[in-house]
Amino acid sequence: MFQVRIHGRGGQGVVSAAEMLSVAAFDEGRFAQAFPSFGSERMGAPVMAFCRIDTREIRSREPVMQPDALIIQDPTLLHQVDLFSGLAAGGFILINSRRSAEELGIAELAHGIGHDHLCTVPASDLALKHTGRSMPNAALLGGFAAITGQLHLDSVTKAIREKFPGKVGEANVAAAEAAYEHVMKERQSPAPHA
Amino acid sequence: MLKQTEGSHAIAEAVALCRPEVICAYPITPQTHIVEGLGEMVKDGSLTGCEFINVESEFAALSVAIGSSAAGARSYTATASQGILFMAEAVYNAAGLGLPIVMTIGNRAIGAPINIWNDHSDSMSMRDAGWIQLYAENNQEAADLHIQAFRLAEELSCPVMVCVDGFILTHAYERVDIPTQAQVDEYLPPFEPVQQLDCDDPVSIGAMVGPEAFFEVRYLQHYKQQRALELIPHFAEEFKNLFGRESGGLVRPYQCDDAETIVVALGSVNGTIKDVVDEMRAAGHRIGVLTLCSFRPFPLTAVRTALIKAKRVVVLEKSLAVGIGGVVSDGVRKALSGVVLRGYTVIAGLGGRAITGKSLRALFEKAERDELEMLSFLDLNWDVVERELERGRQQRRSGPTAENILRDLGPAGARIG
Amino acid sequence: MTLQSVKFYQTGTFTVGNRLLEAADRTVQANMRRTNSLNSGHRACQGCGEALGARYAIDAAMQATNNRIMAVNATGCLEVFSTPYPETSWQIPWIHSLFGNAAAVASGVAAGLRVKGRKDVRVVAQGGDGGTTDIGFGCLSGMFERNDDVLYICYDNEAYMNTGVQRSSATPPAARTATTMAVGAHPGNVFGTGKNLPLIAMAHNIPYAATASVANLHDLEAKVTRAMGMHGARYVHIHVPCPLGWGSQPADTMLVARMAVESGLFPLIEAEHGEVTGRYQLRRQVPVEDYLKLQKRFAHLFGAKGEPATVVAIQAMADANIRRFKLAEPVSA
Repeated sequence: MFQVRIHGRGGQGVVSAAEMLSVAAFDEGRFAQAFPSFGSERMGAPVMAFCRIDTREIRSREPVMQPDALIIQDPTLLHQVDLFSGLAAGGFILINSRRSAEELGIAELAHGIGHDHLCTVPASDLALKHTGRSMPNAALLGGFAAITGQLHLDSVTKAIREKFPGKVGEANVAAAEAAYEHVMKERQSPAPHA
Repeated sequence: MLKQTEGSHAIAEAVALCRPEVICAYPITPQTHIVEGLGEMVKDGSLTGCEFINVESEFAALSVAIGSSAAGARSYTATASQGILFMAEAVYNAAGLGLPIVMTIGNRAIGAPINIWNDHSDSMSMRDAGWIQLYAENNQEAADLHIQAFRLAEELSCPVMVCVDGFILTHAYERVDIPTQAQVDEYLPPFEPVQQLDCDDPVSIGAMVGPEAFFEVRYLQHYKQQRALELIPHFAEEFKNLFGRESGGLVRPYQCDDAETIVVALGSVNGTIKDVVDEMRAAGHRIGVLTLCSFRPFPLTAVRTALIKAKRVVVLEKSLAVGIGGVVSDGVRKALSGVVLRGYTVIAGLGGRAITGKSLRALFEKAERDELEMLSFLDLNWDVVERELERGRQQRRSGPTAENILRDLGPAGARIG
Repeated sequence: MTLQSVKFYQTGTFTVGNRLLEAADRTVQANMRRTNSLNSGHRACQGCGEALGARYAIDAAMQATNNRIMAVNATGCLEVFSTPYPETSWQIPWIHSLFGNAAAVASGVAAGLRVKGRKDVRVVAQGGDGGTTDIGFGCLSGMFERNDDVLYICYDNEAYMNTGVQRSSATPPAARTATTMAVGAHPGNVFGTGKNLPLIAMAHNIPYAATASVANLHDLEAKVTRAMGMHGARYVHIHVPCPLGWGSQPADTMLVARMAVESGLFPLIEAEHGEVTGRYQLRRQVPVEDYLKLQKRFAHLFGAKGEPATVVAIQAMADANIRRFKLAEPVSA
């Protein structure tokens, strides 16, 4: 089983991201479960969503306490919430930010995990560029496919198109593909970036 | 057809396949996506022969369903938490009149304190009203139970509640096999009412019944539920034959045959429990879990049969009968009348408190050592409780409890799970 | 042969049951083939205005719909006295659910009929003032707002009579009830702001809203008939004296009802989509005292320890109604 935990704030599409991940996994013939953890509908409040992927039926309903991958949609949560709680050994971290891990103040963690397990990607910027809105969730899914290798990019883009039909879907797919490329490059490069 | 979809949407699709004729609902978290889905289907024409009515309260919702059901239309509504209380009078009324309404309960805690997360206090509050109560373990079962519910309701002329854990199931995306219209039509014939408002054959429904007859009328409701004990497994068997999967029924034992310890639970937590049971079995523990699908009627015989050979039973429930302890436990104890074994009640998950595999493992191992109290509270924060009690001891006007505790704990958004 | 003129005093009047009128001018009640939807044998009190009002209204509705009506009843006097188990005096399909949900249940019955394509069958909801203006208010407003195809009839006897004459929001000022006793500095019910359900119905812009009285059968039947000729949410509010609760003589029910109308305290009006379209011009305004004195629930206003000021205030209310609804002006032809 592969467990993902997504952190963000209300209004950033955290819940949709988890749902799309689960649809992508389903399209690949796997079992997947996605569910949110939130309070009343409110923009800006910290929100979590979970996604489990497995080759067999998923029965557990507990929150993801030991994620294999973390997607951080809003870096302002970094020093407010214990985002990395429970991260499994060999786990992945993908952060939506223009900055590097060092610039975000998590250099030590990054060093410990390794640059192919912790990446930052300017997902909001990519989203703004391709879709006109800075909603980073679809882009981050492209980054997820790249950093974890858990899903084919094609499955992710198919799920995005199912969720956002027409031109909006295409634009989000473009952002996801760009993020995928970005993360693939970052995994290979050992140097920090500006 | 296999789909990756939200639980609410799977339920909406299943209900739509049952050819409902009147759907009326008032929005309340976490049921909103179900009725929104159905409303959209009616509005865009994909669900025909159905009236969708936006009502002004839950009381009105069930009342409209009472009227349409009495007029001979297959009727459906959904609610949760505060909503089921607001319609409480109508809940008893529908059962008393014997109207085969099907209602989804998106299980949610009842306030005060106001809380939108999952537990079973809402459906439990109406457990004695005369409705059949079925609990879904996962979203496949949630969808399937609605189809079985209409069949059961109309066969018995008794309303049925399908209980689905709020957020945990209603808002979870998972794989569900949505049946075809042809399959559902074969399973569920058109509604043939036992009583109907009909100008060609007028009847008066709902007269006042005095001491000379009320007892008999009420007994007949109880009798219907006894019949349901036979019909529920029968319809589940028919369902299996037609749709090709097991869903519903009275109880579902898992690894219970040679179990020394058996856990009993309702709803989605059974999934997490099964994972822990597998883990513990692999480590040599003889443990199993009994899923209770039908809570009303309470399957006394089936429960007894499943548990009688165990050394100990742990009832894990999301409902607290304030002042006494467990709700489900009472039924289990009744089922085990005269049987000597150790019985433990564990209250868990109230107000959406997460039930983790880790906690369950520790709990079950403690049970195996018989170190559990008869009544315990899983992952209750005793420090917080003690601090609040101390506040109360320090001054008379210690303030509202909930607010004190929240202030004590700090922002919720900073915590995981 | 000499011609001698003979006066037929009843010809040309609108007396109930008058068969000397042209057939078209006769009331439904005057028709031997009336459905008698609320049949005899019910357990209403002697002189019950509600029993009368219900029979008048439902028979008229039956005639207007070719005898295809279903009735939904709220808990109350009518429901209790008409269905003493194991008997029922209803000749039509009838359902009683709860106290506060008659309007919602009726909406449901209408929806059920609609979805089954039964355009020929119409739905009537019935409730007392308690079930309508108080506990059933929410459901009624919802029915109005959705414009559900139901005629809601409120039988207003101005208190919770079935449970022992307790005050409702329809109880008039100064009236004695079990919960507004005629004791203390302000005996009887308070002079509140009132809750005028007919006006509230009008504020919902429903197709038809009207007030009626058992004292004016022609008017009542005409209004119910007109209402049944329309679709959508319709409301008729019928004033029905309760001899027991009001402390009036059972034989005086019609007189008391007529006094309420002719004093201006209970205006007879009609409205469509929120605009007044008809009113009954008072034949001869009577002072409110003539009405109040017939009822023991107002007895504390008179006599040695009476309250003339209160009577004046009540008169002012009546006068205000007359002005507001132009009840003294001739109705244009």
